[in-house]
Amino acid sequence: MSFPWAEEYRPKSGFTRWIDQRLPLPRLVYGAVGGGYPVPRNLNYFWNFGVLAGLALTIQIVTGIILAMHYVPYDQAAFRSVEHIMRDVNQGWLLRYLHANGAAFFFIVTYIHIFRGLYYGSYKAPRELVWMLGLVILLLMMATAFMGYVLPWGQMSFWASKVITGLFGAIPLVGEPVQQWLLGGYAPDQPTLNRFFSLHYLLPFVIAGVIILHIWALHIPGSSNPTGVVVKGPQDTVPFHPYYTAKDGFGAGVFLILLAAVVFFAPNYIGHTDNYIPANPLSTPSHIVPEWYFWPFYAILRAFTVDFILPAKLWGVIAMFGSIILLFFLPWLDPSPVRSGNYRPRFRQFFWILILDILVLGWCGGLPAEEPYVMISQVATMYYFAHFLIILPILSWTERTLPLPASISESVLHGEEAEAAPADLSGVRPAAAE
Amino acid sequence: MIRLLGILIGLGFVAVAGWSLAWGVGAYVTEEHEESVEHRFHKEPRDIAYSFDGPLGKYDHRQLQRGFQVYKEVCASCHGLSYVAFRNLHDLGYGEEEVKAIADRWQVPVPSVDPKTGEASTRKALPADYFPNPYPSEVAARAANGNALPPDLSLITKARHGGPAYVASLLTGYSNPPAELPADSRPGQGLYYNPIFPNLNIAMPPPLREGQVSYADGTNPTVPQMAEDVSAFLAWTAEPKLENRRAAGWATLFFLIFATILAYLAYQNVWHGGASRRVRQTGPLDPENMAKNDEAKSDAGIAG
Repeated sequence: MSFPWAEEYRPKSGFTRWIDQRLPLPRLVYGAVGGGYPVPRNLNYFWNFGVLAGLALTIQIVTGIILAMHYVPYDQAAFRSVEHIMRDVNQGWLLRYLHANGAAFFFIVTYIHIFRGLYYGSYKAPRELVWMLGLVILLLMMATAFMGYVLPWGQMSFWASKVITGLFGAIPLVGEPVQQWLLGGYAPDQPTLNRFFSLHYLLPFVIAGVIILHIWALHIPGSSNPTGVVVKGPQDTVPFHPYYTAKDGFGAGVFLILLAAVVFFAPNYIGHTDNYIPANPLSTPSHIVPEWYFWPFYAILRAFTVDFILPAKLWGVIAMFGSIILLFFLPWLDPSPVRSGNYRPRFRQFFWILILDILVLGWCGGLPAEEPYVMISQVATMYYFAHFLIILPILSWTERTLPLPASISESVLHGEEAEAAPADLSGVRPAAAE
Repeated sequence: MIRLLGILIGLGFVAVAGWSLAWGVGAYVTEEHEESVEHRFHKEPRDIAYSFDGPLGKYDHRQLQRGFQVYKEVCASCHGLSYVAFRNLHDLGYGEEEVKAIADRWQVPVPSVDPKTGEASTRKALPADYFPNPYPSEVAARAANGNALPPDLSLITKARHGGPAYVASLLTGYSNPPAELPADSRPGQGLYYNPIFPNLNIAMPPPLREGQVSYADGTNPTVPQMAEDVSAFLAWTAEPKLENRRAAGWATLFFLIFATILAYLAYQNVWHGGASRRVRQTGPLDPENMAKNDEAKSDAGIAG
């Protein structure tokens, strides 16, 4: 397997040639993330977040595998086994705090990665499948994170599993059987815990598989860039290694500093105090909330309070799932040929309103379902759907965009290629496939 | 086509959410808003400075030992500490013999099996044992406490908003119910008014009184002193690895910051370096580069 516009791999030694002829793994790595992958030279720091998400997944898998060696998926012992990890396992507190806060950081970098794609139009042709595979990864992440949150079998674990599986109960006719099938019973219990543990261990590897497809699909057209202008020739690109490996190394350092600051000095800041109380099916917490990364969706779920042909609860469930499903259609809802928000002044204004809107939704989702927060979340929900389903389609018809630069190198270098171009670009380089 | 369909579906969602909003606004405008009694009379925990606050804080072992004494002589008659073992008391500065003696003299024996007959029996606690529960079962605990269940205290400071300050404030927060408290919010039989507690009335009788324990180190056992000491002890039971965590945290942060500076220099070197150029003068913050960048941006019509 190689990539259409990767530079030909030339083994440097007899040994690598021998390997390459039998198993072209060096060729694959060289073309995927090595010197053979030409990348637009003008990427900004927002292009670091894909690699950071991969780093976050790696941290989750490594810490998770070790945690699974000490965790017991049994309802009478799960909570105690987590405390055993915190108190008696060597560096167990570090593993668990890294895993719990690592999940939050995984979502932070993934959300920034997604917003980067929204702003710079990375979902547009020819990268629709890259975008859709990314959304599949997001859905898998959500399922994995939710099931992982259930495993400590604290109060919030138990009641969150009850509420989230209850969403499926809102589906007409098949809802209740589906909910019982998911839980393995009428309420969260031992079967629920056991199957969630099994799936929580499986899904990260499914995510890793879809990430491979995501990167493979990305390497067909190559990376997008902040101007959205296609790569026109070798003067527009630099090889991924060492240019972007060096930049990603710096980004990874900043990411790890922030993660370490939270893990070592505020490890329980993100979590909910109720999850340090063992699960009790007879005592409902006064205020059931999911983890913060679900708050915007939780706010959409709770925004539908009045029956309208269908029951309100079903509307909430449809809207919550719809809020992500609609993103799969984004490349066709917004077919404007200009990709980057830098050259779409109106789009840019609405984009920032959307960011604010999602922050408001998140804020409401973390609060109790009381007025005036429900009304605020209803307005924000209306904007969320209007933005993607009404505003973007109309914008793509009517918007007047700014003139695009003729090429990437023109936009960055302003006619000074000779001085600033890296020295190793003298070789002939195939242009981007478009 | 997809766009038209999208607009129709979008209008649908907006209409349904707007319908809910209209009802919500209608109800909000017409209904009266009354602040709940819990909200009105509830008091926030007071600010307490602990030795383990902040990123450099450490546990005060003498305070933890005093707090353990309060737990042992007051709280332990009703509250368990089931995630903590006697051997963990080494962390408070007790020696091996002292821990053995504490376990040996613990008031509740550990469930065991008679080695001769195989029948259930009890034995004295050993350092390897976890603190035994004061009640044999939840039913027994409720029966002895007017149907209220005294919670296990191992994790209590992590399981309540406000942490140790909440625990200390709760222990000192008892008062007579204010005169304006509505009748149905007044403490009933076996309940005590405590505005720190979320629903104002708590089943635990005021547990501390002046001079209830006599501290070995001569500290005056006032009620606030005992409350602070025992809450500090419970902060340790909930987070025994706090000092290891912070020490490891500083080492990790120093390493990561150093490594990140190196990574930044390497990044600058790859992008702007060269045998003849110095890294620092060619970075993105170099005035020449910034001027070029701004010029290129304004030419391309990019604002700001």
